[in-house]
Amino acid sequence: MIRDVTRLKETPSQTAGPYVHIGCTPNFCDIGGVYPHDLGSKLITGDVTGERITIKGTVFDGTGTPLKDALIEIWQADSAGLYNSVNETRGTADANFTGWGRSPGDMDTGEFTFETVKPGAVPFRDGRMMAPHVTFWIVARGINLGLHTRMYFEDEAEANAADPILSKIEHQNRVPTLMARREEDGVYRFDIHLQGADETIFFDV
Amino acid sequence: MRDRAWHPPALTPLYKTSVARSPQRAPLSFATTISEETSPVFGNDVLGPLDNDLIHNFAKDGAGAIGPRIVVYGRVVDEANRPVPNTLIEVWQANAGGRYRHKKEGYLAPLDPNFGGCGRCITDENGWYEFRTVQPGPYPWPNGPNDWRPAHIHFSIFGHAFAQRLISQLYFEGDPMIWQCPIVGTIPTPEAIETLVAKLDMGATIPMDARAYRFDIVLRGKRQTLFENRMEGL
Repeated sequence: MIRDVTRLKETPSQTAGPYVHIGCTPNFCDIGGVYPHDLGSKLITGDVTGERITIKGTVFDGTGTPLKDALIEIWQADSAGLYNSVNETRGTADANFTGWGRSPGDMDTGEFTFETVKPGAVPFRDGRMMAPHVTFWIVARGINLGLHTRMYFEDEAEANAADPILSKIEHQNRVPTLMARREEDGVYRFDIHLQGADETIFFDV
Repeated sequence: MRDRAWHPPALTPLYKTSVARSPQRAPLSFATTISEETSPVFGNDVLGPLDNDLIHNFAKDGAGAIGPRIVVYGRVVDEANRPVPNTLIEVWQANAGGRYRHKKEGYLAPLDPNFGGCGRCITDENGWYEFRTVQPGPYPWPNGPNDWRPAHIHFSIFGHAFAQRLISQLYFEGDPMIWQCPIVGTIPTPEAIETLVAKLDMGATIPMDARAYRFDIVLRGKRQTLFENRMEGL
């Protein structure tokens, strides 16, 4: 069998730096008139199916100080568990839901907010269902390579217990760092700790 | 899998901000799932006509940004050297004097009233991208007592899988500041650093208008193919 043996090295990562907003959310940092709106500011673009939820949270450094210059992106399935992506082969995702959001956080507090829908379950590689989750990607000044993590829902205890990834984690005492806390109906809080005793689990995927 | 010995590690004390912002525990590994093998789609309908022209996209009518005019172009491929078509690239940079248009930036070099500093484009069906801008200047930053960033342009690339998501920086061939910089120095090997250095390409210049720099980008992973009814892992 003939195989293509070309192997290039991935372009190495560099920090997004303190001015990531100029490129990714220019309207947020007062560079108006270039783009009509900031990409990723809305996940819901029309009459969406599913339970509408709000995700709020803050990213903290190792001293407990909130990051006010981070950029947070989320990627998730729609309420039926389908991704709005060219690589989705199982069906067609809700046309009124992009699945992707981007937030620079509040300028004074650093708190990020996403108006979204609760994702449906999606299958693991072997066909078992993963619990509903939202993928997070965090970049900022001081972060050399974007950090991947997942947010699960604490009120999905049964699905979480059967989740193929959560159940495989050796240090089960760290699993709660991936759980969003239900603050009130439809509002979930997911704080991210970059470092220290309550450090969030990050994934090398 | 990412080669984490090729990328900068999280903790790089000479880049001071990384000290309190680096996880201390090892990242956990698992084989990618559909959550990592899918990614948002951006079509050309999101682009305005000047989105890839930083000389003009913030300028008043008839004006343009001040500075050395350049074209930056290149190809986005995966690790198997196959093109990554139709993927969004976002760029941002300081002006020709090294000043960013951002309220938290206090460098004494002036803003250019005709330069915003952001641009974006989508690769074509063969993975090629191009934008026009002015070459950014170096600028000082509060890290060590006398640290200066080399001239650089920030890049954000999506790819076709969320696990390919990447932010990096382009540097310019021949810039002596590259080898002084603590942020460049977070990358462990000179070989990896060299891949971030755009090469002057006189063959692609526009005579009497703009010089050209070529910067190719490699995203992780083989292009995904259907295999036994599921995506092949990255």
